[in-house]
Amino acid sequence: MSDRLFGLTVIVVALGYLFSATTIQVSFLSDPVGPKSFPYMVGGLAILCAVVMMIKPDAEPEWPSLATFGRILLAVIVLVGYALALKPLEFAIPTALAAGLLSYQINPRVLPASLTGIGLSVGLFSLFKFALGLGLYAFPRDWF
Amino acid sequence: METLSLLADGFGAALSPTTLFLAVVGCILGTIIGALPGLGPSNGVAILIPLAFSLGLDATSALVLMTSVYYGAMYGGRISSILLNIPGDEPALMTTLDGYPMAKAGRAADALVLSGVASFVGAFLATIGLMLLAPLLSQVAFKFGPAEYFALYLLAFCTLGGIASNNQAKAALAACIGLGISMIGQDNAGLPRLTFGSLHLGDGVDFLVAIVGLFAVTEVFVFIESQGKDSAIGVKLGKITIPVKDIMRCKWTMLRATVIGFIAGILPGAGASLGSFMAYSAEKAIVKDNSQFGKGDPRGIAAPEAGNNAAAGGALVPMLTLGVPGSGTTAVLLALLLTLNITPGPLLFAERPDVVWTLIASLLIANIVLLLLNVPMVKVFVRILMVPPWLLLPGVTMISFVGIYSLSKSNFDLLLMIGFGVMGFFLRKLDVPTVPIILGILLGSKMEVSLRNAMVTSGGDWTYLFSSGISIGLWVAAILGFVAPMFLRGIIKKPQAITD
Repeated sequence: MSDRLFGLTVIVVALGYLFSATTIQVSFLSDPVGPKSFPYMVGGLAILCAVVMMIKPDAEPEWPSLATFGRILLAVIVLVGYALALKPLEFAIPTALAAGLLSYQINPRVLPASLTGIGLSVGLFSLFKFALGLGLYAFPRDWF
Repeated sequence: METLSLLADGFGAALSPTTLFLAVVGCILGTIIGALPGLGPSNGVAILIPLAFSLGLDATSALVLMTSVYYGAMYGGRISSILLNIPGDEPALMTTLDGYPMAKAGRAADALVLSGVASFVGAFLATIGLMLLAPLLSQVAFKFGPAEYFALYLLAFCTLGGIASNNQAKAALAACIGLGISMIGQDNAGLPRLTFGSLHLGDGVDFLVAIVGLFAVTEVFVFIESQGKDSAIGVKLGKITIPVKDIMRCKWTMLRATVIGFIAGILPGAGASLGSFMAYSAEKAIVKDNSQFGKGDPRGIAAPEAGNNAAAGGALVPMLTLGVPGSGTTAVLLALLLTLNITPGPLLFAERPDVVWTLIASLLIANIVLLLLNVPMVKVFVRILMVPPWLLLPGVTMISFVGIYSLSKSNFDLLLMIGFGVMGFFLRKLDVPTVPIILGILLGSKMEVSLRNAMVTSGGDWTYLFSSGISIGLWVAAILGFVAPMFLRGIIKKPQAITD
């Protein structure tokens, strides 16, 4: 079932990709192959593979429980939040929060998780900024 | 003779304080990365590449650092295989079979020393093999035109899909995903294509973003899922002594495994996991009394360790001479070379002999450093295994994010990386290999360019693709590599999905 659903997803995405490829602009000086043929070949082959997968699916994979999926989703949210916060808030606060939250997810105890967050934030900042010389800022520059 | 003088120059550069320092740092980092379960050579190297790049190292230094990490990770993988019964990385899987039973029988220290020596034999001899074989192969590669290169790229995908996966359709699909992504951005006439109107995609998808996403971020989710399942009982480590008798008894085992591993490594797509698997299986079939295999036979430790380390060296041969990586980790190293504006291939040997020979000399030195780190000082690394996952995992995640962020300063790249991580998680569940995706992203535009150039040369005649002896040979090998495993699958039972 999983393989069939996945195959269907692939076909939908590949059709979208192929449609997109039909709109590629071709420069008037193009070679015999042009910029469209290779995307066509790739999209077509992907659909063929998806059809084979749907005709001959593998055994069902072992999916995680709903609770585990929830924990993974939470981790994704933490990471997305981190990715969005890194630019406006700079390194220190987002890193401490994200590292602390991830740590809490693995071992739900407040103290070790907070220490992990703060420790990693301070430790990695020192490592990146002073030992490796990356251009990072701990806090937004207009705060101080 | 020329080889020797080039090697001497290489040693001259490799022994300069900076290069030597980077090699030692790489070896230490690599051994740690290899030893920690969940961090293997491919994701370890992937995480460190953006950092090495933002440090502004020159090409040779960056390459020396990263290949030392690569070799180090291959050595380090055995430590948790033996002590915890959890492979530190994919290629060390076979080492658990005899390593853990031997450790449980109170001989953990002997198992670690023996496997360290076997790793050294495999890696050192393979580096010499690389030194002898690579220049020869690069001579052959000079005869390659666009048609031959197209067939060669196809061969890489076919063998990767055939040998290293359990389902050809899924492996081919993975290659299509990678190739499809590589088309995004500008085509070689400079016109944007398949950017779906996004300005961020105008320059295409950065392969480092894809690599760190698929390897490192996926690992975060896999870890959260598997948490609590790996309830291994650690084994106490006694005093470190050199088990001379075992080492002498295994000397032929190590040599045989080295040859097998090296050959497995050279094959595109096979990589170190297959090298250790084949070395172990062959050894078990060859020896007279194999009743102790799986119960702590020293030969069952020496064979896979010599095999996987030899394969790691072998996999560098096609990567350096042809620009076609033989495994996931060498694909990551190829990404490093491309980021540094070094194009691997026959011209690398002709135009940048300094890079190649410093690399080879550094690898020979790195092996000696690794032998010292992994035999007398192995206890230090055993301590690192005690780092609790609730500290390790957030640390690794933050390092990979900062690495990518420091390269591009772009939120979009970080979000794309998370997207790749989520996709990687589902693909792994569905048993779709991720290495062909990376290979597709890396090689896609080159493959297209070689096809288009071939058609320009021939004026649009498709039979030109099969017009030379070399290209026919490559096509036949590609088809065989893809089809043959379907029939052999019943006979040879492979370990699970191979990702190294």
